[in-house]
Amino acid sequence: MEGRLANMWRLTVNESKFVETALQSELRVDGRGLYDYRKLTIKFGKEYGSSEVQLGQTHVMGFVTAQLVQPYKDRPNEGSLSIFTEFSPMADPSFEPGRPGESAVELGRIIDRGLRESRAVDTESLCVLAGKMVWSVRIDLHILDNGGNLVDAANIAALAALVTFRRPDCTVGGENGQEVIIHPPEEREPLPLIIHHLPIAFTFGFFNKGNIVVMDPTYVEEAVMCGRMTVTVNANGDICAIQKPGEEGVSHSVILHCMRLASSRAAATTKIIREEVEAYNRERSLQKVKRHPTLAKSVVSGPTVVVKEEHRKSSDQEKAAEISREHVERLKLSSEELRSTKVEEVAASPTNFKGGPSKWDPYSEAMDVDSLKASLASKGDSVTKSSSKKTTNGSGNAEKDAEMSVEEVTGDLGKKDTVEATKQNDGEMTLKDAVKPKKKRKNKNN
Amino acid sequence: MEYVNPEGLRLDGRRFNEMRQIVAEVGVVSKADGSAVFEMGNTKVIAAVYGPREIQNKSLQNKNDHALVLCEYSMAQFSTGDRRRQKFDRRSTELSLVIRQTMEACILTELLPHSQIDIFLQVLQADGGTRSACINAATLALADAGIPMRDLAVSCSAGYLNSTPLLDLNYVEDTAGGADVTVGILPKLDKVTLLQMDAKLPMETFETVFALASEGCKAIAERIREVLQENTKQLEYRRAA
Repeated sequence: MEGRLANMWRLTVNESKFVETALQSELRVDGRGLYDYRKLTIKFGKEYGSSEVQLGQTHVMGFVTAQLVQPYKDRPNEGSLSIFTEFSPMADPSFEPGRPGESAVELGRIIDRGLRESRAVDTESLCVLAGKMVWSVRIDLHILDNGGNLVDAANIAALAALVTFRRPDCTVGGENGQEVIIHPPEEREPLPLIIHHLPIAFTFGFFNKGNIVVMDPTYVEEAVMCGRMTVTVNANGDICAIQKPGEEGVSHSVILHCMRLASSRAAATTKIIREEVEAYNRERSLQKVKRHPTLAKSVVSGPTVVVKEEHRKSSDQEKAAEISREHVERLKLSSEELRSTKVEEVAASPTNFKGGPSKWDPYSEAMDVDSLKASLASKGDSVTKSSSKKTTNGSGNAEKDAEMSVEEVTGDLGKKDTVEATKQNDGEMTLKDAVKPKKKRKNKNN
Repeated sequence: MEYVNPEGLRLDGRRFNEMRQIVAEVGVVSKADGSAVFEMGNTKVIAAVYGPREIQNKSLQNKNDHALVLCEYSMAQFSTGDRRRQKFDRRSTELSLVIRQTMEACILTELLPHSQIDIFLQVLQADGGTRSACINAATLALADAGIPMRDLAVSCSAGYLNSTPLLDLNYVEDTAGGADVTVGILPKLDKVTLLQMDAKLPMETFETVFALASEGCKAIAERIREVLQENTKQLEYRRAA
C-alpha cells in the first residue's frame, strides 16, 4: 500500500492469471510442490553473531550485538531483546529508505513475538546487576534481496546469528561491588547466549479465496495471493506465535492444516540450522588452535594438540575433549610404564580445567613412544588422519617430523629412531625403559 | 499467582467461558459518517469512519477498481495506567495494518471504486483486548456509515492460564505470561480473517483456545446485530415521527 507510485511494481493481468490457473492444477511456476521450500543456505561472517541466509532468491543478513544498559523499571533483573529491520531499497524498488514501513514493522514484530514471548532467549541470564545493569541484545536484520517470503528467511537469519553470538564476559567488582568490569575477548572467552529452543517461522500463502494453500511464496506469488499466515513453531511441537493479519478469510480446518504442516517441518529446519552452526563453530575453534601462541614445537602431534584444544571453553570442544579422553584411556591401557604425571595432567584437565594459559611445557617431559605407537596401531587410520590434519594447522619443523613419524610409526619400526631423536632426554626414561615391559613379561612367564 | 481459583472463578469473578460486559453505542461522533463506541469490560474504544470520499493521496492508490481503505489505530496517552510516551509506536503501526486488512476483507470495496474509506480508532481505556474491541467498534461504525459489507467482522481474545483456557482476557491476565490468542471471524461465512498468537502453546491446547475464542466471537456477533437492529428501529421511529 505504501511507496511512491513510480516505484510500484505491478503484476500484469496475464501473469496473475497464469499463476492462479497453474495453482488450481497444483502446479507452481517454479516447479516446486505446494509445500516445498526453496534451497536454504546459511553462512556466517567473521564476527560473532553475524549470519547470512539465502532462501531461493531472498537474501537476508542478521547481526547481533549486545550492550550494557539500565533495565526497564518493571523488569529489573531481566535483560532485553530488540529487533530492528532494515528494508534496504536495493532489495525492492518499493522499499523506501528512512523510517521502516508497515511491512518492515510487521516483520520485526512477528520475529520479536516468536523470540521474546516464547522465551526462546533467556533474558534473566542477561542480568549483571539487578536493577542497574543488564545486557541489551540487539538484532539487526538487513534485507538485501526480496525474492518473497522475507519473514522465514529473516527469522532463520536472526536465529543463526543469535546462536553464534558471543557476548563479552563481565564480572562485578570495584569498591562496593557495584562496578561492572567487561573483559575483552583476549582476556576471557566470550560467552554464548542461553537459548532454550529455536522458534522457526513458516509462511503460508492463500489463493482462490482460501482454498489453495502454498508454503514459501515467491515474490510473484505474494503479489497474487489473497491472504497469508505465518506460524512460528519449535522442534518440541510448541506453537510460539501465529500471525494472520486479516485479509481473506479461511476456514478453521485450513488453519489447523497449516499448523500441522508447520509442526511437521520444524524439526528438519532446526536440524539444518544446528548443523550449520556446529560446522561454523568447529571451523572457528580450529582457527583458534592455529593462532594459539604456546603451540610452538611439540614432539608428537596427537595428544599435544588434544591438550591444547582442551584449553578452549566451547561446547564443541567437549567433543574434542572426549576424543582426547579416549586417547588418554588407550594410552593408559596400552602401556604399564606410562608416565603417570603427564597422563594424569592430560586426563585431569577435562574435568579440573580452570582456565588460563597452558602450564604444560612440551620440553619438560618426554613422550612415551611405545604407548603412542600402541595407541596409533589400535586406532588405525582415524588417528593418523586427524593428527595429520591437526599438525597441518601447527607450525615448526618438529611438527612436520612428528607428522611423518606418526604416519609411519604404525607400519615401520625403523622410524622409531626418528622419533627417538626428537625425544627429550630428561634422565628418567630412556630407550631401555621403553623396551623393559617385554623383558618383564618374559621373566614372568619363566 | 493464581488466576483461576479452585472453584473456577477468575480474578474478576468470571468463569472461564464468560465474557466481560459489552456496552455498544452507535452514532457518537456527529461529524463522522459513521461512528461507534465499544466497551468490553473496562476496555473502551471509539471508532469513526469517514467515507466513501475522494481519494486524498493519489500515490496510495493501489487498485483502480477498488476502494482504498485506510486505518489508524492509536492509544490515548491516558488510556493506560502510566501515561504513554509516544502515541504512534511500532505496535500501533502493526495494529493499524492488521485491522485495516481485516476490515478490507469484509468491506465490498469493488462497489466503491476511486474512493477512500478512513477508519480512525482511538483507545480511551485499555484493559486488555484492545484490538478486538477496535475491530468490533470499526464494524459498528462502518455499518453506521452505510458502507456495504459482506459480513460483520467480529473479534475476541482467549488465553491459557493455570491450565485453563480463558475467554476474553483483561490486562492482568494478558500480562501474566500465558498465551494470548486473538481471533477475528466473519460469523455468517464462518471464516477466520484475523489470527494472532503470542507466547508458547502446545498444538492441542491451541485448538481448544482457538475454539473458545471463536465461540466468543459468535456471541459478540449476536450482540452487535442486536445493537444495529435497535439502532435501525430508532432511526425508523424518528423518521416516522
